[in-house]
This record gives sequence, C-alpha cells and structure tokens, in this order.
Amino acid sequence: MAALPDLYERMFFIRRFEETLLDLFAQGKLVGTTHTYIGQEANAVGILDHLEPERDVVFSNHRCHGHYLAFTDDAFGLLSEVMGKATGVCGGKGGSQHLCRGNFYSNGVLGSIVPVATGIALAEKVKGTGALSTVFLGDGTLGQGVTYESLNISSLWSLPVLFVVENNHYAQSTPVELELAGSIAARAAAFGIETAELDTTDVEEVHDAAGRAVARVRETGRPFFLVLDTYRFSPHSKGDDNRDPAEIEERRGRDPLAVAGPRLDASEREAVEQACERRLAEVVEAAEAAPAAAPEAA
Amino acid sequence: MSASSQPLRCGQVLNRALHELFATRDDVHLLGEDVLDPYGGAFKVTQGLSDAYPDRVLTTPISEASLFGVAAGMALRGRRPILEIMFGDFIALGFDQIVNGIAKFREMYDGQVTVPLVVRTPMGGRRGYGPTHSQSLEKLLLGVPNVVVVATSECHDLRGLLVSAVEDDRPVFLVENKLMYGRPNRRPEDGHVGELEVRETGARYPALTFSGTGFGEASATIVTYGGMVPVVLDAVTDLILEHEIFCEVVALSQLLPMELEPVLESVARTGALVTAEEGTLTGGFGAEVSARVQELAWSELRAPVRRVAARDGIVPSARPLEDAMLPGAQDVVEAIVSLEGVRR
Repeated sequence: MAALPDLYERMFFIRRFEETLLDLFAQGKLVGTTHTYIGQEANAVGILDHLEPERDVVFSNHRCHGHYLAFTDDAFGLLSEVMGKATGVCGGKGGSQHLCRGNFYSNGVLGSIVPVATGIALAEKVKGTGALSTVFLGDGTLGQGVTYESLNISSLWSLPVLFVVENNHYAQSTPVELELAGSIAARAAAFGIETAELDTTDVEEVHDAAGRAVARVRETGRPFFLVLDTYRFSPHSKGDDNRDPAEIEERRGRDPLAVAGPRLDASEREAVEQACERRLAEVVEAAEAAPAAAPEAA
Repeated sequence: MSASSQPLRCGQVLNRALHELFATRDDVHLLGEDVLDPYGGAFKVTQGLSDAYPDRVLTTPISEASLFGVAAGMALRGRRPILEIMFGDFIALGFDQIVNGIAKFREMYDGQVTVPLVVRTPMGGRRGYGPTHSQSLEKLLLGVPNVVVVATSECHDLRGLLVSAVEDDRPVFLVENKLMYGRPNRRPEDGHVGELEVRETGARYPALTFSGTGFGEASATIVTYGGMVPVVLDAVTDLILEHEIFCEVVALSQLLPMELEPVLESVARTGALVTAEEGTLTGGFGAEVSARVQELAWSELRAPVRRVAARDGIVPSARPLEDAMLPGAQDVVEAIVSLEGVRR
C-alpha cells in the first residue's frame, strides 16, 4: 500500500495532467473533447491503489483519465491518444473516452459499461483468477436502467464487482436534485449488496474505505457498492459550465490536494510537485513530437 | 445418418451441435432466459444442456439490455459465450451494447481485444405471435460495422454454422427461424435437394445455389436467406410447373459482411435478380443487395433488380392478416413473371 507522499504525488500528477490538457485545448493543439477529473483525484488514487493491475480489471467511463493514470501510470499513451497520435494507447482511434490497456477499459456511453464490467467479473469468476472487476459510475449513470439490471445480476450470481459511484453532484449541467430521486446507497442495498458511503475528499479516508471495500469483495466474492461524495472543479467538458462560481469556490476549500498537501513536509511536497512537473513536461514534449495517426492505419 | 432414416429436425441439429461444443470446449458458456432443463429454452434448442453442464449454462433475469453487455464482458476476458435471445424482436433492447460496445471494442481499442460472442435468436413470423414476436429484424444489424450476421436455413449445415460462429473471433449474430426448428434439415444429397441441383461454396458461412437447369439457361436469380428459403424453393417449383420459367436460387448464410460472389456468378448466367426477405421492405437486405449488384454487375442485368419483402408495417396476429403482410411464394412468382424479358 502506498504511503501519503505517493498518493499525493499521483493526485498532483493527475491534476496537472488534466490542467495541461485544458491548456493544450486552449492552444488549439487538441481537437475533439475531454472530460477532466479535476477535483475528484482522491477517488481514483485512493481506490485503485488497492488493486493489482496484472490481475484486477477496471472499467471506466467518459471521465476516465484519472482512473487510467492511477491504474496504468501511462501518461504518454494517454496524452498521445488524446492528441490523435499514432503512439496513443489505442493508436488514436479511441481518443479521450475510449481507452484500453491491459486490464483497463473505458467507454463513452453512460451506463453502457456497467453490464460489461459485470460480465468481466463473471468471466474472471469462472476462470478462478480471483480478479476483482471495478466499475466507475457517477450520479448521472444512476439514470440508466442497465445499472440496476447489473446490480441485480451481480448480486444474484455473486460476482466480484466493486461498483464505485462518484457523486459529483452534476450530470453534465444538470444538478443531482433534478436527476435523481431517493437514496443512492439504498438502491444497491435493495439488491442485497453491501454498501458504504463516504463524504470526503481526503485521500487517506478514501484509501481506508476503499481498502475495506476491496477486502470485502475478495473475502465474499460478492459485489460491493461504494458511494463517494465528490465534486469537479472543472467544467463537464471544456467550456460548458453554468454553475455558480461561489459554489465552486466554496468547494475549493475541500480540494483533495489542499487537504492532503499540508500533511507532507513542505520541502517533500515541493520535491514531489517538481518531479511531477518535470515528468509532465517530458510527456508533453514527447507526445507533441510523436507522429500523427496515419490515415492508412484507419 | 443412413439413407433410409429421416433427417433430423433443425432444432435437434442445433441442440446436438451445442452438446458437441460443450463437450469439446470448456470455454463455451450459454446464457439466456428459461434455458434450464427440463424447460430447455422456449424453442427447446438448449434441452439437456444445463443437466449436462450446470456450471456453464446460466438462466438469466429478463434483462436483455444488460445480457448483451454481460456476454461482451465475458468475451473480452477470453470466454466464448453464446447468448440465446428468446425472440429476435428483443435484440432491440440490446442495441446500445451491440452498436456502442460489441461492435466497437476491437477496432476502437486498436485490435488489443476480441469479442468472440455468439448471439442466437429466432426471427420470423407465420406462427400468429403478433407484432412483437414475429419480426425479422436482422436488417437492423446489417448497418452495424464489425459484426457478423449469419442466417440459418433448413438447407444449410446447421452444425457447421454454429460451430463456425463459436470459433469466430468476431461477434456473430446467428439468426435462426421459428418455423425452421421443427422442420427437417434438408441437406443436399448427391448435389441435390429434391429435384434441384445444388452447389455449396467453401466459405466459412457457405452459400447454397440451387438450379433446376443444371446451371444453364435459367431466366433469373433469386437471392434469399433464412426462413424465406423454403418459400422461394416452393416458388421455383411453381415457376417451372406453371410458367415454364427456370430460376436459380442463391441462399446466403453470411449476410454481413456482405459477400455477393455467388449472387454475381449466378446473375452472370441469368441476367436478372430478385431479392426475397421476410422483413419489411424499406432499408432492408434487398435494398443493400440491389445497390451492390447494380454497382458491380450493371452490364449483366437486363432488368432492374426487384425486391420481395414484407410491406412496411406490423406483423399482425390474425393469420389471414399475417399471411397478407408477409411475402409468400406467390409474391416471388409474381416478381419473377413480371420481370422484363424473363420469358425467352
């Protein structure tokens, strides 16, 4: 298990990676779209530290960069993928939302990934690998019917799925109050699935709770439903943000970097951040220099 | 099978092929609604399978939208799931998974994965099941790149089609037919089905070409598949006996990717083409076939390609209404007889 400086470093790198993506978009160096993870870093980092990338499987959604980096640490493959380069992890075919590397997958239709992650858990169960299938949902995903079919199936068949709901309070521009009725955790409990709810942006608290959740899935072979209250500071995509700036500012007091950072020794924190900046600069330089995806690869 | 014995019914052939696949491969799984013994599936194709292989036959909740995804997840992780969808109409519930997952994973992940799943599902009417249990919706799949659509017919090697589908690394939709299940699997014997001479391609999913004239002097080609094969063969007999018009019939099994070589070869001999499908007319199999044949063999055609299909509407429940809506042998006969220059 990673210690706090490592967790902080991972969060800081994701933050700077995503900020850099938005800069590159502003400079016209990226096309298409992106959904950044700024503000939610404690979740990906705190949870995925408990998984074994050679064995366990992660299925993520449209907002997948933080999960991808935390699980694979492949910044060059991701950045060059988003930049449409031949060196992208999917050769430029997938782009920001459609990633695959080893045991990591993501796809861009909300809810669509949940049954697939359930099937992955079934396959790993019958193969006897002991792998855990983790799938990342959001409050918006809870509007999709297949989510509930998958909760039913995973409980009925006792499948090792860790459902993570990152409730960032907005489905694109729609506040959760306008898209969701009832309790989030009670949804899963109704299917006989063990749940835990956490309202924190403290990576150490997320890490502890996720450790318990992962351990429960490994012990029982059954699904677990982990609900994390979170917030994204960045727009849904790039410029599409109608939220009250005062609301965002208020939430910045709970920025996971601001929560965890002061626990590091000042000089250590600075060294960690500088190392991230150097690494990121190298990744950007290499990705910019990489060849564009060639039409003949289509 | 000895020469004197009756051929097995198509449903039995598929059932035996499933048992064979389960006996020879331990990576094959079957998922579907009501597939457990003693029920054995709504059309009894899975009978005996769950008793023999209880760990690999899963009866499922009524959750088609998710089951396509569950099967895709299994396939991504190296299993060979067969998903039985009780009625072909219900594939509509799975279209997000089909279009945005199953069909995309391999290409959008740049070839890092395969999705070797098989969806078996019965299509077709003529049983009075009404508007939501009688359709032939395979045409909706023909516009989905990166899936394979295979139609079974009572004259095809059904074991071969099922085994090939399971061994295929691509997602395969195996379109079965409700009437076919109970009918004998009429395989060619000595190159004949009844009085008609038959040639079979060597493709993984073969096409059968039938001729009443030894592949010479026929006046038109009819391309068809699935449950329309016996209907078209009846029409061909009628055309010979009542109108003295000889046709060739190409019965495809692989509908997508569309490979029309046997059709083009036949059209080169006959100079005219009629397409015949049980699904509705607009945007269907015949539309795509005729577009391609006119692109590839315009100079061979002496008349416009004609399409025989169901009228654009629902499949009604009452038998007289259903019969009126679905294409029958008489519709095929009329299409041929009215072809320009068909009488030589």
